Amino acid sequence: MITIDAKNKYYKELNREIADAPDSDVTVENVCGQRYIGTNASDKTITVIGTPGNGLGAYLNGVNLVIKGNAQDATGDTMNAGEIVIHGCVGDACGYGMRDGKILVKNDAGYRAGIHMKEYNEKIPNIIIGGKTGSFLGEYQAGGRIIVLGIGYEDVCPVGGFCGTGMHGGEIFIRTKKRPVNLPAQVEITTASDEDMDSIKGSVSEFCERFDIKASDILSSHFYKLTPNSSNPYTELYVNQ
Amino acid sequence: MSVNYIPATFAVLRDNDRCIKCRACERQCSNEVHYFDADFDKMLVHEDQCVDCQRCVTICPTNALKIIENPNSFRKASNYSQQLILENYRQSSTGAVLLSSMGNPQDFPVYWDKMLINASQVTNPSIDPLREPMETKVFLGKKHTHITRNADGSIDTSGQSPQLEIAYPIMFSAMSYGSISYNAHESLARAATELGTFYNTGEGGLHQDFYQYKTNTIVQVASGRFGVSKDYLDAGAAIEIKMGQGAKPGIGGHLPGKKVSDDVSKTRMIPKGTDAISPAPHHDIYSIEDLRQLIFSLKEATDYKKPVIVKIAAVHNVAAIASGIARSGADILVIDGFRGGTGAAPTRIRDNVGIPIELALASVDQRLRDEQIRNEISIVAAGSIRSSSDAVKAFALGADAVYIATPALLAIGCHLCRSCHGAKCNWGIATQRPDLVKRLNPDVAYKRLVNLVHAWDHEIKEMMGGMGINSLESLKGNRLMLRGIGLTDRELKILGIMHAGE
Ligand code: SF4
Ligand code: SF4
Repeated sequence: MITIDAKNKYYKELNREIADAPDSDVTVENVCGQRYIGTNASDKTITVIGTPGNGLGAYLNGVNLVIKGNAQDATGDTMNAGEIVIHGCVGDACGYGMRDGKILVKNDAGYRAGIHMKEYNEKIPNIIIGGKTGSFLGEYQAGGRIIVLGIGYEDVCPVGGFCGTGMHGGEIFIRTKKRPVNLPAQVEITTASDEDMDSIKGSVSEFCERFDIKASDILSSHFYKLTPNSSNPYTELYVNQ
Repeated sequence: MSVNYIPATFAVLRDNDRCIKCRACERQCSNEVHYFDADFDKMLVHEDQCVDCQRCVTICPTNALKIIENPNSFRKASNYSQQLILENYRQSSTGAVLLSSMGNPQDFPVYWDKMLINASQVTNPSIDPLREPMETKVFLGKKHTHITRNADGSIDTSGQSPQLEIAYPIMFSAMSYGSISYNAHESLARAATELGTFYNTGEGGLHQDFYQYKTNTIVQVASGRFGVSKDYLDAGAAIEIKMGQGAKPGIGGHLPGKKVSDDVSKTRMIPKGTDAISPAPHHDIYSIEDLRQLIFSLKEATDYKKPVIVKIAAVHNVAAIASGIARSGADILVIDGFRGGTGAAPTRIRDNVGIPIELALASVDQRLRDEQIRNEISIVAAGSIRSSSDAVKAFALGADAVYIATPALLAIGCHLCRSCHGAKCNWGIATQRPDLVKRLNPDVAYKRLVNLVHAWDHEIKEMMGGMGINSLESLKGNRLMLRGIGLTDRELKILGIMHAGE
């Protein structure tokens, strides 16, 4: 393992140093707002101690990022493969256009988590959020899976308003008994069936293991499942001139 | 007849003395206009389905066909065209948004046609491009503010931002695979490669087969992020962030699921048959600072080796927006005027939103000069550059290069029927139907694109030579080379040119 001190380093310099580090296991200390960590790297596990800046793991391609702290906006933007594990909260637009890999957030996420998430064949991205999220969760979601566990928010609905606006693919699971408010018309909400629960069991257990949470308590709770009722939401909108 | 009777827009005239009933027109028409009636032993028509693409007229072996505007018309009124009435009928019977394609066909001023180019007489000799060297090669990207020299006197290029070198000041603008066909993309890619210029993937990703042309490919990143992966970003010679499109400013893209075929789905990396939605905004960009964040994330992902282009639609505050973009770290700015083409756009948006490229370009170039940041960014003018003379005028107004799309499609067989959104293009361009796509032969089409650019380049050199200018650099922003004709003082002021005779 190699340790890099990020103190007083500009992101360009720091990221080059991480990418060039002659070890696949890199720990970066004293991180304070440096952007795009992991973006230019490949085949590495990068442990970040401190607070990384925006665009953490943008276009990430097979790198594992572990953040011992909070992450900011645009984390995992257009991420292609790999894993981002955040031992804290994450800012807005986490996992924008993400198409594979996973993002695990121990606590809360900001607005627009999982926006434009997509899937294709065996590439199915996953975002799991332990706490609550802001509004517009899964906006324009076209594929993949978002799971919100609402740990510590058992008395309220752990997602903000307008969840799944423009959603036309993928699924969202929310551990709660309170229905999300103002869901758009094209989103269908059902109580997760046993079969549904089986489909997320592996992911949720893995999440719990990572953050030392008792999986059986979580998995035995009530989950809502959100899916779009059309993969062609705009077909009726247009008439040829 | 119902209240909503919609008369055919075109009349199909068949000379039955000439028609030999070979039924070629029937086989060729994807709109199913022609059919053979055995009882009458005659070719008949569903005239209302005709879009005037001229395919049957071209193919008919006996020249038996003519398509004309339907002479049957509603009572004339200059404030209420038949078109408007029919649109009302269509909307009142469906409740839907009108959709159309290609550039704005409305009667707005075309400023290119109101500007005249200078030529030398007596005092400043003109140059013969056939005899003397003429430079139309362009480098796009940020330039240093000052020239510094190395010890040996050569120019110091260290620290220079990445540049896009184009052999001709003409590039093919973004058209996605999905909106146009595989064969159309192949033609553009091969032509760009042979010419030493660039074509642009549009926002639909890059087909595996076309990675071989990557040296001449600009890859686009739009709000939907379709097909954007590490390989894709690495493949591009430059990366273009699409913020807007001239034909539909403020509106995103929407490729209907029915156009998302197997192959398109693979290239876009989304399941077959689902709508591909690119909303108008990038939901992570609300400011120039946010744009800067996306620009630098792309630079970081590609090791600062590629220029990043930002494309915007020409809108009212374009000069102020461009000033922000020039400070955002972008290397190249594309301004797309409101007459630019599209594979599909809501009609009302296409016909009413945005401003002409001529005015936008002139005001942006002036603003960046006034702020002394013109060197920070190259400008590419797009959105209805129809000919080499339009291009020359664009250079004189400050463009470093131009993007063309409609002229490129015309070169490969488009007849500008403006029906691309129907996805049944009889010329094999704006369609994914295999039987139609194969009508476009890339071996022939790419050569026609090469021809077109060669011809324009020669004309550009001739016009430059006439002005006594032997390098595009000396034409760029040289507004003294232009004069307005029939323009108001205000228009002349915005264009930064004098009136003819002055
Ligand atoms: S292609 Fe010409 S000759 Fe043949 S059926 Fe049609 S109109 Fe008649
Ligand atoms: S590309 Fe095809 S459909 Fe579109 S205008 Fe040209 S000929 Fe018509």
